[in-house]
Amino acid sequence: MAVTGTETFEALTLGLGGEIFAIDANSVHEILDIVPQTEVPGAPPLVGHLINVRGKVVPLADLRIRFGMERTPPTIDTRIVVVEILLDDEPTVVGLLADKVHEVTGIAGASIEDTPDIGMRWNPDLIKGIGKRGDDFIVIPDIVRIFTTH
Amino acid sequence: MTGGDPGQVFREEAAELLADLESALLRLEQNPTDREPLDTAFRALHTIKGSGSMFGFEAAASFTHHLESAFDRMRKGELAATTAMIGIALAAKDHIRILIEDPASADPAVVDGILARLADLSGSAAMSAPLGRERDDEESRASWRVRFRLAPDALERGTNPLLLLDELRGLGEAKIVALTDDVPPLEALEPTSCHIGWELILTTTHPRSTIEDVFIFVIDETELTIEPMSAMPEPGAEQEPVPMPVTAMVAGPVPSKEPAPSKADGAAEKGRAQPAANSIRVPAERLDDLMDQVGELVIAHARLKQLISDSVDLQIKSVTEEIERLSNGLRDITMGIRMVPVESLFGRFRRLVRDLSQELGKDVALTMSGEETELDKTMIERLNDPLVHIIRNSLDHGLEPAAERVAAGKAPQGRIHLSARHAGTRVLMTIRDDGRGLDRDRIRAKAEEQELIPPGAKLSDAELFQLIFHPGFSTARTLTSVSGRGIGMDVVKRTIDGLRGTIEVSSLPGGGTEITLGLPLTLAIIDGLLVRVGQGRYVIPLFAVEECVELPADVERRHANRNFLNIRGALVPFLRLRDSFAVRHPPDPYQKIVIISSGDKRVGLVVDQVLGDHQTVIKSMSKLHAGVANFSGATILGDGSVALILDIAQIVAAGQTQELRREAC
Repeated sequence: MAVTGTETFEALTLGLGGEIFAIDANSVHEILDIVPQTEVPGAPPLVGHLINVRGKVVPLADLRIRFGMERTPPTIDTRIVVVEILLDDEPTVVGLLADKVHEVTGIAGASIEDTPDIGMRWNPDLIKGIGKRGDDFIVIPDIVRIFTTH
Repeated sequence: MTGGDPGQVFREEAAELLADLESALLRLEQNPTDREPLDTAFRALHTIKGSGSMFGFEAAASFTHHLESAFDRMRKGELAATTAMIGIALAAKDHIRILIEDPASADPAVVDGILARLADLSGSAAMSAPLGRERDDEESRASWRVRFRLAPDALERGTNPLLLLDELRGLGEAKIVALTDDVPPLEALEPTSCHIGWELILTTTHPRSTIEDVFIFVIDETELTIEPMSAMPEPGAEQEPVPMPVTAMVAGPVPSKEPAPSKADGAAEKGRAQPAANSIRVPAERLDDLMDQVGELVIAHARLKQLISDSVDLQIKSVTEEIERLSNGLRDITMGIRMVPVESLFGRFRRLVRDLSQELGKDVALTMSGEETELDKTMIERLNDPLVHIIRNSLDHGLEPAAERVAAGKAPQGRIHLSARHAGTRVLMTIRDDGRGLDRDRIRAKAEEQELIPPGAKLSDAELFQLIFHPGFSTARTLTSVSGRGIGMDVVKRTIDGLRGTIEVSSLPGGGTEITLGLPLTLAIIDGLLVRVGQGRYVIPLFAVEECVELPADVERRHANRNFLNIRGALVPFLRLRDSFAVRHPPDPYQKIVIISSGDKRVGLVVDQVLGDHQTVIKSMSKLHAGVANFSGATILGDGSVALILDIAQIVAAGQTQELRREAC
């Protein structure tokens, strides 16, 4: 994911706990409406559920947990963004819960700034950078880190 | 055999031939006068040599040639199949494998060493007899009209007609005419297809079967006619010297031509070619894909069945039943395709036992039964390492040296017996030795030392023996190159658990040890019992389920610390799955208990409802759930939702810890 540099980065923007997050559009497999979820007793809360994506069993992650956001019940806008990430060099398909999916948009690399050390509510390790789109700030999370650090 | 690298096709074929060769050699060693393994070994060598040179594995082919010559002489009774000879042949077989798989890493010194030993044994005088020539004189020269036309796609499959023609030319004098009558006009010409046929008048001393052998790899796709012509030895037609890459390692000239197979041999070759024509080689991944698809079909059908369960439309119902029948049939066939006899696994251990028993200086006989029992191919592959560990342990620790055996009143030769048999939907694989048996006191001492068990704990034999599967647990007093490093048995345990299998150990002091592996037939689909706990549904593998009972009200009311149930006089600990899974939903009024067993241990699982049996297509869980205990996988239910599959071994262990705690109190 070319986050810094001059290239434009194709991102899917989604709403999560009142913020706008951007994830690499190329990693997105599909976007689903909410589906029945199966709780996995004893699993880390971040990936506490499993869903069925076209016959495959896929973990469902609620990123709000890692960012300390309030877990509001699903609404009519709630979607599941199915992405493929590399965990220990192994492609892993994960569903990400999103309060709302906005659009696929290009974010100019130049507009992305490093994560400021202060003035942030969240662990800066989990964020790759902050992009700007118009007057809005867009958070670019480090998805792999979110799953590999605890 | 579709397209691809023809070299790879040869490598795969050679791997099978080498395995055949090894097992034939080992059988021959047991029974030096037996004709059958000798013939098998010779045929394997002959084919490796023939197709090796055809596919450009010259080094392997010419090396194999020397071995083949020696075996041919054994067949004629000129050489004896001594242990030394078999030893060389086994070493040579290993080297052929290297020459084929990784020619760059082959050490030429090994070739020299093996050939020198071979020449020593053969005796150079006998070796120099020109075997081929003798036969030439016996058989009269005959002329054959050979017509052949390759399949149109033969070139794409990697067949080179020039090599065939060269080989035919090598048999004798040949006049070759190309048959161009089938070549289409230029606009219709497909340049990658083979439109040309050939006709030869071949004058040779070789029998018809030798000519047929030239076409052995293309016979299925080739139109071939071989007609005898009246014998007409042409004056001046002398046998051409045959170009043959022969390294002059063996003393004396090597027969210029491979010895013609005898008539009986030719018939055997044909007999073998017949079943080969009816089987095809398919990459294992394609079978995996097929199994995945069939799994999806089974799930889709379950959904369909659930959707129409309320329907009154008889036509839809009958179609659904039809689909059920078809998908079950498809599932069974697909699983059948993946089944391989355990012979292919057991066969490997003959060599292991032979080499280890020589290394350790113990005389050991390996016997087998039930080799025809079939298991999933993936399972067979994954069982190799655990079985190697178990057999090594038996040889190294279990079987005593001959003197000790005689002193104990046993036959000096140790015995290891491998057996496999079906038991319901499981396969039981047993490894039994007649050695000294497990030393209970030493296991106990060691376990207490490592604080695996409290001192003086009361343990049954089975419980005690399970301790040997604990990581880092080894009672061997000395380290040997074979075993005793404390790794191995825990790896065995982990692999077998991963295969959803069970391990049972029984042992008699001085009478030997028996390890029994219980394995599912397949890794892909299991029969499961679907249960409900709170709102979650879970699958319990049916093989582990002993019975379902209702939780008696008086036990229910008792304190949570006394979770024991009296099942026909035996005290069985039970786990409340709703506690283990932290279910907040209120419990159903009448709780059920599913009694499961692993090894000889039983544990009851308290559930809210038993929903019934379920064909479970096993889906593995992602890395993100690697650390989650209690579940071995997940599956998709008829309504499309996901259910978790309970990990029996872990849950039984959890139940047992509870029992140990109680005993400690």
